[in-house]
Amino acid sequence: METKQVKKKSNNWKIFSSGIITSNPIFVLFLGMCPVLATTSTFSSAFGMGLAVIAVLVVTNTLISLIRKLVPNEIRIPVYIVIIATVVTIVEMLMYAFMFDLAQTLGVYLSIIVVNCVILGRAESFASKNTVFHSFLDGLGTGLGFLLGVVLVALTREIIGTGGLGFNNPLTGIELFHVQLFPQQFAISLFTVSPGAFIVYGLLTAAFVAINAAYKDRQEKKAKALAKVAQAGGNQ
Amino acid sequence: MHYLLLAISAILVSNIILTRFLGICPFVGVSKSPKNALGMSGALIGVVFMSSIISYAINRYLLEPLDLGFLKLIAFILVIASFVQFVEMFMKRYIPSLYKSLGIYLPLITTNCVVLTVALDVAGTSVTGSLLNWGEMLTYSAATAVGYALIIIGFSYIQLRMQNSTLLPKPFKGNAIALITAGLMAMAFMAFNGMIV
Repeated sequence: METKQVKKKSNNWKIFSSGIITSNPIFVLFLGMCPVLATTSTFSSAFGMGLAVIAVLVVTNTLISLIRKLVPNEIRIPVYIVIIATVVTIVEMLMYAFMFDLAQTLGVYLSIIVVNCVILGRAESFASKNTVFHSFLDGLGTGLGFLLGVVLVALTREIIGTGGLGFNNPLTGIELFHVQLFPQQFAISLFTVSPGAFIVYGLLTAAFVAINAAYKDRQEKKAKALAKVAQAGGNQ
Repeated sequence: MHYLLLAISAILVSNIILTRFLGICPFVGVSKSPKNALGMSGALIGVVFMSSIISYAINRYLLEPLDLGFLKLIAFILVIASFVQFVEMFMKRYIPSLYKSLGIYLPLITTNCVVLTVALDVAGTSVTGSLLNWGEMLTYSAATAVGYALIIIGFSYIQLRMQNSTLLPKPFKGNAIALITAGLMAMAFMAFNGMIV
């Protein structure tokens, strides 16, 4: 996790994008794994969970960055936890008011965003040290990375588990579209229940690690080739 | 009989890790050695049991009569954080040997979702369909923590074998194979589904 202070303005994009790919909370940092497994049986619920996490993360990161100079170092963790709990309560109440069906599907997993390590992790390692705008960007980026991760797991599970893909309007709970990709009798329903969650997450993690390693390998080879060319040029 | 069923259902049928996916981070991270898993689960059983008693009492005698149910989350997380801090200080002063062996796991428990979820469960109606009484609450919280301990201790022995494996493809090392193994365990635990109707 990066702890150094970021000062340059040109770094804005870097701060925003690092949460999505290079330090993706789900596949790289392994923070907040419970909702990844628990809320990904359908695409709709995973999308809703991702949105809730983005909302909480952006608000808490901004608030904590705002008060970072006022909070004494010794009691910062309890202060952060109280702020996070307040924001989560507000988000939960808003969701029960405007997205009742979604909130009911997510149930207790909505409340336990409070103890999701992504939120406290970003507060402690980024928002407590950086400016308000940067913290806002970091919250948005990490939240988007979280959303992409849960959506990826949910898509895999729903397509293999039911043979189709549906999406409910988060505001009304009415189904917007449903596509059947292959007949239901060929679907493996194990993937919609708990073992499927673990297995899909495990396989996707392995794939992510393999892709990252291959990418690094290529980068290194490129650098080596460049160094060779430079050396040859120097010798001439 | 009712209490026995409640306990079996919390330990085996709807196990907190394998069917409700809670407390996964320490499950994958901490349970790499049986010794750590034992320390963690010992600390967790104590904290879950005590903090759900306090949370239940606060909810039943303070929040509900005053109609402050929406403050549940904030109240419970404060109770848990300060209780863990208190236990830590108490143990450091009076039982230093136990404090040393538990080490880092005690403060980590504050952010373990099992503790907060059990506190929220016993304050709500999701377990039996109506508000729990004291007996049900004690059975449920103890059984859930025991179910958690059962899995993370068992899993730590499996992890030992996996770390020594040389056949494992490189990308699967670490978290990936741990998650897939947990999936196989969850499949085995699905067999308990028919036990309680």
